[in-house]
Amino acid sequence: MSTWTRFNIVSVVLGFAFLYLPIVLLIIYSFNDSKLVTVWGGFSTRWYGELFRNQGLMDAAWVTLRVGFISATVATVLGTLAALALTRYTRFRGRVLFSGMVFAPLVMPEVITGLSLLLLFVAVGLDRGFFTVTLAHITFTMCFVAVVVQARLMSFDRSLEEAAMDLGAPPVKTFFQVTLPVILPAIISGWMLAFTLSLDDLVIASFASGPGATTLPMKIYSQVRLGVTPEINAACTLMIAVVAAGVLIASVVNKRREVQRQRDEQAALRLG
Amino acid sequence: MAEATASLSSAAQPAAPSFGDRMFQALTSRLVIIVPYLWLLLFFLIPFVIVFRISLSQTAIAMPPYTPVFSLQDGLAAFFDQLRELNFDNYVWLTEDPLYFNAYVSSVWIAAVSTFFALLVGYPVAYGMARAPAAWRPTLLMLVILPFWTSFLIRVYAWMGILKPEGLLNQLLLSLNVIDTPLLIMNTHTAIFIGIVYSYLPFMILPLYSALEKMDYSLIEAAQDLGCTPISAFWKITFPLSLPGVIAGCMLVFIPAVGEFVIPDLLGGSQTLMIGKTLWNEFFANRDWPVSSAVAVILLLLLIVPIMIFQFAQARAQEQGR
Amino acid sequence: MKSLGSIRRSFAPWNDPSAKPYISFENVTKVFGDFTAVDNLTLHIYEREFFALLGGSGSGKSTLLRMLAGFDEPTKGRILLDGQDLRGIPPYKRPLNMMFQSYALFPHMTVESNIGFGLKQEGVPKAEIEARVAEMLKLVKLEQFGKRKPHQLSGGQRQRVALARAVAKRPKVLLLDEPLGALDKKLREETQFELMDLQQSLGLTFVIVTHDQEEAMTMADRIAILDKGNLMQVATPAEIYEAPASRFVANFVGNVNMFEGTVAAREAATARITGASGAQILVENAGDAAAGNTVAFAVRPEKIKVSSKRPEGTVNAMQGEVYDLAYLGDMTVYHVRLDDGQVVKASALNSSRVTDDPLTWNDRAWISFQPDAGVVLTR
Repeated sequence: MSTWTRFNIVSVVLGFAFLYLPIVLLIIYSFNDSKLVTVWGGFSTRWYGELFRNQGLMDAAWVTLRVGFISATVATVLGTLAALALTRYTRFRGRVLFSGMVFAPLVMPEVITGLSLLLLFVAVGLDRGFFTVTLAHITFTMCFVAVVVQARLMSFDRSLEEAAMDLGAPPVKTFFQVTLPVILPAIISGWMLAFTLSLDDLVIASFASGPGATTLPMKIYSQVRLGVTPEINAACTLMIAVVAAGVLIASVVNKRREVQRQRDEQAALRLG
Repeated sequence: MAEATASLSSAAQPAAPSFGDRMFQALTSRLVIIVPYLWLLLFFLIPFVIVFRISLSQTAIAMPPYTPVFSLQDGLAAFFDQLRELNFDNYVWLTEDPLYFNAYVSSVWIAAVSTFFALLVGYPVAYGMARAPAAWRPTLLMLVILPFWTSFLIRVYAWMGILKPEGLLNQLLLSLNVIDTPLLIMNTHTAIFIGIVYSYLPFMILPLYSALEKMDYSLIEAAQDLGCTPISAFWKITFPLSLPGVIAGCMLVFIPAVGEFVIPDLLGGSQTLMIGKTLWNEFFANRDWPVSSAVAVILLLLLIVPIMIFQFAQARAQEQGR
Repeated sequence: MKSLGSIRRSFAPWNDPSAKPYISFENVTKVFGDFTAVDNLTLHIYEREFFALLGGSGSGKSTLLRMLAGFDEPTKGRILLDGQDLRGIPPYKRPLNMMFQSYALFPHMTVESNIGFGLKQEGVPKAEIEARVAEMLKLVKLEQFGKRKPHQLSGGQRQRVALARAVAKRPKVLLLDEPLGALDKKLREETQFELMDLQQSLGLTFVIVTHDQEEAMTMADRIAILDKGNLMQVATPAEIYEAPASRFVANFVGNVNMFEGTVAAREAATARITGASGAQILVENAGDAAAGNTVAFAVRPEKIKVSSKRPEGTVNAMQGEVYDLAYLGDMTVYHVRLDDGQVVKASALNSSRVTDDPLTWNDRAWISFQPDAGVVLTR
C-alpha cells in the first residue's frame, strides 16, 4: 500500500529536523575550540577537560544522581502501590480523591507544586536540603510511575492470579510469584522515567532545595542565565549522551527480545 | 466406600483460613492503599491547603515572611473568629495591580498561540508518521519520544545559541544574504513561541499519532470513491475522526505552557510577562510569599477548565475505544 | 431392548438412589449488583462423572464454575464437596483445580515450572516434583518442551500444558472453562477425545463449561442446560436430544420442528393433536399432556421423510412445496413449506449414490413422520 505521499515524507523529515537540529548543533558546538560560543574555532575537547575540573558542577552532578536514584526507587514502590490500589480496589472510601491526587500532579504547573512543597517544609520546620529535594521528587515522580504501572495492570490477565491461587498459592505468595514478575518490565520503565524526571527537574528542585544541595539543573540554570558558555554545552552533551545511550540500549534489548519472541512463536506454529 | 470417602476428605483437608492469615491479608491489602494515600495527602493535598492559607495572610518582614492566619494551637473557636476577618488583601492587590492581570492574560495568550502553532507543525508530522510503512512506525515513534528523555532545560538552552543576535540562525541567514541586519528574535514573544512549540511538540504528536494510526485508511478510499477530492476527504473524514487526538494534544500543550517558567525566563527576557515567571519572581526576588501563593491559587483556578476538558475528552475516547 | 440414542450406558450413578452425590449445589443464588447470575439452583454431580454445563453467555454457567473453584461465593445457598460445605474456604485451599479459558500460563516460567507450580506450593520435595512433572509431560506428550516458555508453544501445546498443570496436583475434581474454545475446529475434535481418554485413565470428576453443544454432546456423561441463571434440564446427551424437557432445550440443542396444537384426545401414551389449520397428528410420548392442553410436538429433521408421493402406511403426512434445499454431500437438507404456511426442515442421509425420487425447488412434496418420532412438550 503506497499511501506514503511525498507530502507525508517531507513533513516527517522536516518535523524530525526541527526536533533534532538544536540538539545536534549544541553537541557540535561543545567541541568548538573558540571561547566565543557561536564562532567555530576548530575541533577541540578542551571544554570537557574544563568541565571535569569544575568542582561545583561535579558536586552538583553527584547530588543529582543521588537524589535521582533514591527518589526514583522510593517513587517506584509508592507508585506501584498506588497503581495497585487504583486497579485492584474499585471501591474504598475516598477513592475519587485518591485518583485525583494521583493524576493531578501530571498536569500541575511545576511552579505550584514547588511552591506548595516549600511552604509545607517551612510550616513543619524541615530544613531545606538534600532530604527535602528527595521528598519533593518522590512526590511528583511517583504519579508518573503510577500511570505507567497502572496501564500495564489494566491489561493484566487476572486469570493468571486466579490460576496461582487455584494451584494453592495464597494471595501474598501469588503477588510475589506471579503478579510482580509479570508487571516487572513496566515497573522498571517506571523507575527509569522517575529517574530521568528527577535528573531533569529544575523548578521543583529550586523551591525544595536549600544550601548545600544544589542539583545539576539548578547549577546549569544559574550559569545559563548569564549566557551560553562552551562549558555548559559540554555538560549538556554529556547528559544527552548518557540518556541517549540508556534509551538506545534499552530499546535494542527490547527489540532483540521481541524479534526472538516472534521467531519462537513462528517456530512454535510450524511445530504445532 | 466409606473408607474411600474418609481417605478422600483427609487428603483434601480443606480448612477455613486461620485468624492470623486473615488479619495479615486484611492489613496488607489496606497497606497498598494507605501508604500511597497518606503520602499524597501529606505531600500533595496538605501543601495546597497551606498555599491557600498563606495566600490569605499578611506579608511580614520575617522568616517565614508572613503572619500565619490560623494556627492549630488556638483551637476551633479561634479558627472561626479569624475566619471572619480573613485577609483577602492579596487577592484585592492582584486585581488592582495591572501587572498581575496582564501576566495572566499574556500567559493564556502565549500558551494559546503556541498551542495553535504546535498543532500546525505537529499534525502533518503525526499524519506522515501514521501513513509511514508499518515497519518504520515504532522507530519513528521512538524518535519522537527520545527528545522527551533529554533534559527540558538543555533543549531550551540549545535555542539560546541559535536565536541570539549573533547566533547560528542569524549567521546562516546573513551568509545566505536573506537578511542584511540580524533578526531580533531572542527576548521576544516569537522566541517563546518557538521554545514552547519545540519543547512540547512530542506531547502534541503522540495523541495525534495514536488517533490517526487507528484510523482505517479505507475510509478515505471510500470517501474518494464516493466523489470527495483528497482535500475535502481530509476535512470531512480524517480531521473529524482525529478530533479526540487534537483535543488531547492541545490540552497537553496548553496546560503546562500557561504555567511555564523556564522558557519565558531564558528565551523571553525581562520584558516578558508570564504568570509562572511572575510567581517565581514574587517568591525568590521579592520574598512576598502571600502574594505568590495568591498568584498560585488563581493560576490553578485558571487551569481547572482546560484540565476538565482534557479529562472529559480522555474519558470519552476511552469509552469509544471499547 | 429399546434405548434412547445409540449408546448403552453402564456408568449411571444418577439413576442409582443409593449413590451419594460428590458435588452438590443446594439452592445456590448468586447476585452481582442487581444482576442475578444464578437463581436458586440445585444440581448434583457424581464422582468420576464427566459433567458439562452448557448455556449461552449470561446463562450463569461460568459463575457456577467460579463458585465451585472459590473465586466467587454464593449469595445464598451452599455448595458441598464430598459432604463438606465449601463456604469460606479460599481457592488455594480447595482440593480442585481449574483449567482456564485463556490457559493462564505464567509467561515468566518454563513449561516445567508451570506444571510444578501447584506442587511447589504444597511443599512437595524437589525430586518428587521433578518426577511428577516428567510424568505429566509424558501424559500430554510434551516431553521435549519442558524447558520452553509458554510463548514458544503453539496453541494446542499451550492447551496441553494448562491441562497438565491442572492435573499435576491430582485434584479430586478438574474444572474446565471453555477448554477448547481457542483451538481451531480440527484440533478441537482431536482434543475432545484426548480429554475423554484422560478422564477415564485418571478416574477424575470433570466439570466442563462450554457454549458449544456439539462439544458437550461428544464428551459429557450428563449435560446441564442453563438459561438466565436457571437450570433447564439435566440429562444424558441422548435424553437431551431425543427427549428435551421444554421448547427451550429442544431449540437450544440441534435443529427441531415444532408442530403446535391442542390435545384433542388422550389415550395411554398416545394423543391426537389438532393444529391451528385443523390438521390432525397422532403422536406417542405424550407425557403429562392432558386433553385441552396447548402443546408442541417436537420432531428432529432427520426423523422426517420427504417424498414426491404420499408414503403408504404413514399416519402423519402433510403436503407442501419444496421451498429451499441444500445438498451437503453426506446428506440433503429440505425446507418444505406446508399448505398451512409452516416451514418444516427435513434432512435425508444420502446412503446411496443415486436416488429414484429426486426433488427440486417448487416441487410438490409430502412430509411424513412416525407417531414416536418426537416428544410432546407442554413447557
